[in-house]
Amino acid sequence: MSEVLLAAHNVTKQFPGVLANDDVSVQLRPGRILALLGENGAGKSTLVNILFGMYRPDSGDVIIKNEVVDLHGPDDAISRGIGMVHQHFQLVPPMRVVENIVLGAEPSKRGLVDLEEARNRVVELSGRYGLEIDPDALVEDLPVGMQQRVEILKALYRDADVLILDEPTGVLTPQEADHLLSVLRELTATGLGIVFITHKLREVLAIADDIVVLRNGRVVGETKPAETNESGLAEMMVGRSVVLRVEKSVAQPGDVVLAVDELEVNDDRGQIAVDRLSFEVREGEILGVAGVEGNGQRELVEAITGLRHPMAGTMRIDGEEVTNGSAREISKKGVAHIPEDREKHGVVAVYSIAENSVLNRYHRSPFSIRGVLRRDVIERHAQEVVDEFDVRTPSIAVAASSLSGGNKQKLIVGREFSDDIKLLIAAQPTRGIDIGAIEFIHRRILEQRDKGAAVLLVSAELDEILGLSDRIAVLYDGKLMDVLDAQDADRERVGLLMAGITK
Amino acid sequence: MKPRQKQLLYAGAALLIFVAWMFYTADGPQTTAVLAGTVRAATLLALGAMCGMIGERSGVVNIGIEGQFLMSAFVAFTIASMTGSLFLGTIAGVGMGLVMGWLLAAMAVGLKVDQIIAGTVLNISALGLTSFFYDRSAVGIGKYTNIDLGPLADLPLLGTVFFSRPPLTYLTMALLVLVHVALFRSVWGMRTRAIGEHPGAADTVGIDVLRLRYFNVTIAGGLAGLGGSYLALEAVGTFSRAMSGGRGFLALAVMIFGRRTPFGAYAAALFFGFTTALQNQFQLNNTFDIPPQFVGMLPFVVTIIVVAISGLMGSMRDPAALGQTYEKG
Repeated sequence: MSEVLLAAHNVTKQFPGVLANDDVSVQLRPGRILALLGENGAGKSTLVNILFGMYRPDSGDVIIKNEVVDLHGPDDAISRGIGMVHQHFQLVPPMRVVENIVLGAEPSKRGLVDLEEARNRVVELSGRYGLEIDPDALVEDLPVGMQQRVEILKALYRDADVLILDEPTGVLTPQEADHLLSVLRELTATGLGIVFITHKLREVLAIADDIVVLRNGRVVGETKPAETNESGLAEMMVGRSVVLRVEKSVAQPGDVVLAVDELEVNDDRGQIAVDRLSFEVREGEILGVAGVEGNGQRELVEAITGLRHPMAGTMRIDGEEVTNGSAREISKKGVAHIPEDREKHGVVAVYSIAENSVLNRYHRSPFSIRGVLRRDVIERHAQEVVDEFDVRTPSIAVAASSLSGGNKQKLIVGREFSDDIKLLIAAQPTRGIDIGAIEFIHRRILEQRDKGAAVLLVSAELDEILGLSDRIAVLYDGKLMDVLDAQDADRERVGLLMAGITK
Repeated sequence: MKPRQKQLLYAGAALLIFVAWMFYTADGPQTTAVLAGTVRAATLLALGAMCGMIGERSGVVNIGIEGQFLMSAFVAFTIASMTGSLFLGTIAGVGMGLVMGWLLAAMAVGLKVDQIIAGTVLNISALGLTSFFYDRSAVGIGKYTNIDLGPLADLPLLGTVFFSRPPLTYLTMALLVLVHVALFRSVWGMRTRAIGEHPGAADTVGIDVLRLRYFNVTIAGGLAGLGGSYLALEAVGTFSRAMSGGRGFLALAVMIFGRRTPFGAYAAALFFGFTTALQNQFQLNNTFDIPPQFVGMLPFVVTIIVVAISGLMGSMRDPAALGQTYEKG
């Protein structure tokens, strides 16, 4: 019989108010890739944190190499050969690659780190697994894909025979992601077992040997790539059939609404983040902005919505210059904004749903008169938003913080869409929300387009960009690589541009 | 260090040596006095700066160095006059420093109190306690005397300034080397720097962040404790109210200017020590016809200017997790 490398057996974990894992069992065998699939909050992270010793299960067992173990912390898991590549890299930026790899398990002589020995081991390791890296480079100077490689080497250095990867492709271009998948496949040839957590259906089908789908903390399905397809997996994840691709008609572009000319914006550290960008968005079209996160998207959106002052260049809305306008001045021109960080910029967590539903217009008639808020009007409006946009809540009087991510997002969309809008700036509009809500929000965005709004859609999810956009602009390092018509764009082409390759 | 900064440093050192030599030939005894005073002031600052940098490298701000100095100086003096032994007094001072460090760790790391407030608690309680218990009639037993390091002590100028000093000064110089090696070469140092930059990363490779911070802040307190002993038993030879006189804070400036490295801090400490010694000499000679309080401001005015300039140069980078409490998970 074959060995079980890592398994959870009837694991249950309760957090205040949530049953995060409910009688979950999974197992991983040598040389195989197990994909854990599920929406945000389905319990994937809790499960791997239990397997890695970060949390202890309330009941049930963790089994490593056919042996029931009681993990007291990550170091316990590490010493038993479990390695984890976290979604947010756990690397010390101002330290060298070699130092990061050996940290916590340093080769040493009389208390001093033996860097020579450490470097030799790292070089040997990267040669053996074909993961090339400069051991002396500072981690902060490395591109994201390389940093991820350091994380993998870190686990291999500790003789891991199980690698757990938490959403590893979220920060990569499609080509980098494909490369990672093939690296992982090669690693399994040495007998390594891999647990791969993701919400991307395509990747699961491409790489997994076994697929376990989680929903609301329970295992709702186990399958293999050969036995299913994207919509089958999506249905398992959501619990009902879903439309993965919304139908859309051909765009009818009208006049230019947003014209950006030679725009230059700095990031928080004063470095150029948006480098002399010029583009236009017309009535009735969606311009998608593709790019790996951190290539200037945030700064661009903040500049257009008046949250950040550009250093140079101009912006016009309907021909009127708004370059240094405040957020309110810009909002008054009929600009709606779905912000990237809904917790920070989208809602005021401690305000009620009713109050949140008028954040953009509370100071205007009919919601207030001479500086006094009119509760009844606000509440009526809030009820309309909640009904129309399907915000699931017991009451409009509860605090926004009590809503789930998807419902918060629907509330924001409802608020922004309840006025006539000329220009919609949607930044990562479906990040971290369930498939049902994604579908809903996509349809609403298309609806706005068909009503004649100009839409600027910024998203790190390439599928979202490809599915919704009429034209696609690709950002790399703050520069506009190209603008493609949607029918000329495919993953391959956009992916190369996202990596800064123009050919 | 960037090449340009290195050049600046060399140029500065060369200039200092030249100026020292020039004055030495003009007026030997006074130059010797000023330079000896420089080293004397620098020793205390260097000890405080090392205490601060071990804490900050681990992610814990220690603004309680002033209180650690004062409390340790008090205990060192009291124990020394009770037992008649400078050595026992020194040990007691270091012990008190460890206790103060442990207190800071208990508040800032254990109870996750805001680090600035925790440090302030140390400063205020040290001032209060030492003032309350200070016995005016207590008689000191003198202070450590100079030890000549063989033929080195006979070198002109340098001999008196560096090689004919009391024991704690030599100990401090040895500690500078030790802390440097420990911070930048040892396993402990690598882990310490990691928990100050990215505690999460350290945690996921099995380093117990809170325990290491606890340990480091406590040990660092011992260095400040040695500073207190030095102040009471080597530099002055007695205890007086609030005798640390803001030098715990000056030590923080020295630490920052020295980029949180022991040698950098010592260079900075010599620089600040020089301004202190110079100020003393000015007052002694009545060089300027202005009230002595203004002359006494010299080190602090220079502190403000130097820290502002080095801040403007934008060359400093704090450890990324400095001042933040760490929550697991």
